[in-house]
Amino acid sequence: MATFRPHADLPPPATSSGALGWVRQNLFDSPVNGAMTLLALYLLYLAVPPLVDWALIKADWSGSRSEDCSKAGACWVFIGVRLNQFLYGFYPVAEQWRVNLTIALLVAFVLPLFIKRFVLKQWLGAALLVVYPIVAYHLLVGGSFGLVHVETSKWGGLFLTLVIAVVGMVAALPLGILLALGRRAENMPVLKALCVAFIELWRGVPLITVLFMSSVMLPFFLPEDMSFDKLLRALIGVALFESAYMAEVVRGGLQGIPKGQYEAADALGLGYWRATVLVILPQALKLVIPGIVNTFIALFKDTSLVLIIGLFDLLGSIQAANSDTNWLGFSIEGYVFAACVYWVFCFGMSRYSQWLEAKLHTGHKR
Amino acid sequence: MTTAQATGSAATAGAADAGAAMIELQGVHKWYGKFHVLKDINLRVGKGERIVICGPSGSGKSTMIRCINRLEEHQRGRIVIDGVELTGDVKNIEKVRREVGMVFQHFNLFPHLTILENCALAPMWVRKTPRKRAEEEAMQYLERVRIPEQALKYPGQLSGGQQQRVAIARSLCMCPKVMLFDEPTSALDPEMIKEVLDVMVGLAESGMTMLCVTHEMGFAKTVADRVIFMDGGEIIEENDPEAFFSNPQQDRTKLFLSQILNH
Ligand SMILES: Nc1ncnc2c1ncn2[C@@H]1O[C@H](COP(=O)(O)OP(=O)(O)OP(=O)(O)O)[C@@H](O)[C@H]1O
Ligand SMILES: [Mg+2]
Repeated sequence: MATFRPHADLPPPATSSGALGWVRQNLFDSPVNGAMTLLALYLLYLAVPPLVDWALIKADWSGSRSEDCSKAGACWVFIGVRLNQFLYGFYPVAEQWRVNLTIALLVAFVLPLFIKRFVLKQWLGAALLVVYPIVAYHLLVGGSFGLVHVETSKWGGLFLTLVIAVVGMVAALPLGILLALGRRAENMPVLKALCVAFIELWRGVPLITVLFMSSVMLPFFLPEDMSFDKLLRALIGVALFESAYMAEVVRGGLQGIPKGQYEAADALGLGYWRATVLVILPQALKLVIPGIVNTFIALFKDTSLVLIIGLFDLLGSIQAANSDTNWLGFSIEGYVFAACVYWVFCFGMSRYSQWLEAKLHTGHKR
Repeated sequence: MTTAQATGSAATAGAADAGAAMIELQGVHKWYGKFHVLKDINLRVGKGERIVICGPSGSGKSTMIRCINRLEEHQRGRIVIDGVELTGDVKNIEKVRREVGMVFQHFNLFPHLTILENCALAPMWVRKTPRKRAEEEAMQYLERVRIPEQALKYPGQLSGGQQQRVAIARSLCMCPKVMLFDEPTSALDPEMIKEVLDVMVGLAESGMTMLCVTHEMGFAKTVADRVIFMDGGEIIEENDPEAFFSNPQQDRTKLFLSQILNH
């Protein structure tokens, strides 16, 4: 009589045999792949050394006047001299601590939310959404609590870019969610039609047009004495515009949720809002994290369009510095700097979204 | 077996004059567009009764039990659950859904929540039970379906049979007066069917009112007080299990039984 003997557990086989093995397996495993690898190496050889030469080796780093630039490579002196303006616009230097404090407060509010064991998350989150905007408003605008009033026309640089981007994102996501839910409300045809009309209207118009309308046309329609802050108008325009895009992204997520999830939530008696908030949205939003972040990144870069209505965001203030007669001919350095700053933020968002997706992954589907 | 039959026939016999029924369907009709799915359904289920519903695919079994918690809307007739009539009134619908648990063919657990959170969700948000107590009660039900050790895992990490038992526990956490089952074992491998059926038998023994769409005839014979056979959107035959299986009255029932018993 044979008895069945279970096999002892073995360690998994090693997947690669050192760096050389990896190279052979991944870069030269076929003639075509090998040729592609060599071609890529050649292109890198053509592009990288001159770039490094220009940006780092032959570049000028110290000085304070355009005469300090040797013109052999990049002249980062230009950026250094104008850095304050690139970061804060014309926000008075003596008051810039208020901007720094606002950003530091934001970090202080947000960081604990990432600590796993932190217990008061709900309260902190609520404070972030309710208390923080009020504090930030008073800090930045001033005119109260003994702070000097700083007109929004003096705001600029990276600071202004961040204001528009953050306000746009924070407003666009919830608005977009509501619009998406409204668009799917089959049993409320009027609401549905309104949401569809809103989304299609805003999606069909370029952002530049929206900004023009908000700054040039709107004052015609409003009563004389009603003066709306230019920045505020741009913020509203950006938020509504992006919410239409966000709505379609979220709707895609809602469509990806199986009918059974709605039925199970209904069968438990959760009702529409609890089912939506507790069961449907967490799954739908997780499904479309890439789409949401994509929209956020586009929004972040779109903020540079406010230049057109005379707001000097990061790109706008660099543009302005380029036309300074003392510093003619350094626009490339300016644009490279702008590109790097935009890239750092956008790449950061991208990495964060990947981390979030991995964190929220809860095993295989179904 | 014999006691089950005795109570079964008693319930059937006394159905007309018994007190308030748990579930009452009177002349229920339903259409999908022009397609007449449910035709004049009359059904009365007493407290603690166990009903098994069977019939060929497309006969309207799912549609009927989904009308009982208003996942589907009926267009004619009356459906009354524990004294509450299902109408367009959202308040009534939510009231009924709180008292009626449902288990689906494909489990429909919430994949973003742990097993424990799945179970505690509805008690916390619908019954307003404090989290700690809701979780304690959830653990009790998870023990009852014999998987307390999985409480902190996610549904995606469990086998089908385990998921279905969690789905049963999740419904039980709301302390429902009625449990509806729509083919709870037909998406499962044979090995797992038994573990789910065992849980359902235990539930039946505890006196729960149950309506169960299933083709598990062994289960029907052990626990059902009545077996209902549906075809073409109608209730064709209705009897206690002994009589139903040994002496079916209608030709269609005979054909159906010969098909599922001989396959
Ligand atoms: N949403 C719907 N729209 C149109 N027709 C439907 C819909 N849902 C079900 N039907 C039809 O109604 C009939 C009854 O469906 P139902 O799901 O109740 O059958 P069933 O008895 O549960 O069958 P099965 O054993 O296959 O689950 C079927 O013919 C089906 O095609
Ligand atoms: Mg069915």
